[in-house]
Amino acid sequence: MAKKKARSPLARRIRQGSVPYLMMGPYMILFFILTVIPVVTAIALSFTYFNMLSPPTFVGIMNYERMFLDDETFPIVLKNTLLFALVIGPVSYLLSFFSAWLINEFGRGLRTMLTFFFYAPALSGNLYVIWNYLFAGDRYGIVNSLLLNTGVIDAPKQWLSDTSTMLWVLIIIHLWSSFGVGFLTFIAGFQNMDRSLSEAGAIDGIKNRWQELWYVTLPSMAPMLLFSAVMQIASAFGVGSTVQALAGFPTTQYAADTLLTYMLDVGTVRFEMGYASAIAVFLFLMMIFTNFVITHLLRHFSAD
Amino acid sequence: MAREKIQKPKKHLIHLRVNRSLGGNIAIFSIVFLFAAFMVLPLLYAVFSAFKPLDEIYIFPPRFFPKRPTRDNFVQLKLLADSFWIPLSKYIFNSVFVSVVATVGHLLLSSMAAYPLAKLHFAGKKTLNSVVKLSLLFTSAAMLIPQYIVMAELNIVNTYWAYILPALQSALGLYLMINFMSMVPESMLEAARIDGAGEWRIWWSIVMPNIKPAWLTVMVFTFQSVWNTTGTTQMSTLVYDEKIKMVSSLLSQVVAGGTARAGAGAALGLLLMLPPVLIFLFSQSKIIETMSASGMK
Repeated sequence: MAKKKARSPLARRIRQGSVPYLMMGPYMILFFILTVIPVVTAIALSFTYFNMLSPPTFVGIMNYERMFLDDETFPIVLKNTLLFALVIGPVSYLLSFFSAWLINEFGRGLRTMLTFFFYAPALSGNLYVIWNYLFAGDRYGIVNSLLLNTGVIDAPKQWLSDTSTMLWVLIIIHLWSSFGVGFLTFIAGFQNMDRSLSEAGAIDGIKNRWQELWYVTLPSMAPMLLFSAVMQIASAFGVGSTVQALAGFPTTQYAADTLLTYMLDVGTVRFEMGYASAIAVFLFLMMIFTNFVITHLLRHFSAD
Repeated sequence: MAREKIQKPKKHLIHLRVNRSLGGNIAIFSIVFLFAAFMVLPLLYAVFSAFKPLDEIYIFPPRFFPKRPTRDNFVQLKLLADSFWIPLSKYIFNSVFVSVVATVGHLLLSSMAAYPLAKLHFAGKKTLNSVVKLSLLFTSAAMLIPQYIVMAELNIVNTYWAYILPALQSALGLYLMINFMSMVPESMLEAARIDGAGEWRIWWSIVMPNIKPAWLTVMVFTFQSVWNTTGTTQMSTLVYDEKIKMVSSLLSQVVAGGTARAGAGAALGLLLMLPPVLIFLFSQSKIIETMSASGMK
């Protein structure tokens, strides 16, 4: 009984005993059911044929063989996904960073307002469908009418169904709505920079804002750069809902489909869950690999 | 106190700081202004279109401001929603209900789980923390098919749970909570322990009041993501009963309806945009405060 009142660190650790697990319990159970089990299931099902009706049958690596050798659509959607990821990922990352940097040059009121302006598209969710009207295929579309009036084009363009333009239009629209959590992180990072650091830098011979950014600001923002990169990877590889909503599902000749929308097409339209799982696993592996590379690059960079 | 007063910077349009040239300031102002216009004009166009009569939306050449503002679009929207057999109010109820339950639930679960992960000692803490970081990558979109398979087994497809449960265990909220909580000074918790407070008590009455910015932020992010994306076309496999669909999925349907529904679409877009925007505007400064602790070490 006397021991119960003990307050030594060891006793406390024992007393904490099950408490941490109880506290994490509810979240972790859900996390287990809806993240861990789905990932494990997807890996397992990727080696099977499964249509949700009859039990899965083991087919070895057939799904993966099909993905890389037999499926004519897969290379197209893979190319699109990589294009989206390689363009939207870095561009949006750099744009978020530089606009946050520029916004930080303003005073408090303007800064708050500009932050809101830049974040508003990401905030308003699937309001990107309004780009349907801006890029409408007839002459009433704003973009078409602008270009017609100025004589750049002489007939309205089918921006979102022409296979030569839709990918780029989608990239612009996606960039527009991609100033999300990562952007806010940068804003916060710049705002919390120690002002005296830049003054100390000036004394040490830093001459302009570029040098200050490179030598003073960047090194102190490494953790933010890393977090923002992770969020960016997740969203750049997860491009799909914009495509679906604007260019259709599936798009004309799969010209703008991504791994994500293709996975949905295979899984929820054709109910080939085994193959869809294989695509999901491939998507996960690509994200994890990119994350690994970026993390190491940034760590290396910030260690210098 | 006196020192603080002296150091307080004066309010200028642009901070007077070292290493800033006038030319550079002007260049920055122009760049940011142009960029901000690109970001905001489409949204403003949507807002203004909501008050345009249909013939003005399709006027050639198109115009930005409504000439004869009208609220016909909202009336038409209501009729249109009713024609899907479900009154507009039901969609709105679903959106509000799902978003509120998911947000409150996630706030509670994630803050409860974040406390041990940030502050307590137990076996497996390091591993769990890296799992949380890794799962930031496993976004809801990429998880859709795997989650669908599991939810189908659990028989929760086509129920409110299909919206709510995935949102409850989103990793972003937990991650932000953990990071912000680790900034709560250890001495504060130690003091409470010496006074005899248990860990539950410390979590609820010491830690929680001290991380208001974090739960405000997690609240905004969760609400916004559930309100916006959970109802889009991708979700139509998870929830196919029109009775439990949300406003966001109605938007895709209305827009898919083509040119005649453009007015109703714009009106609905405005309705959809308002709640997240308002909530964000009220909590912006707290969100920035939280995000400054979001760095990954």
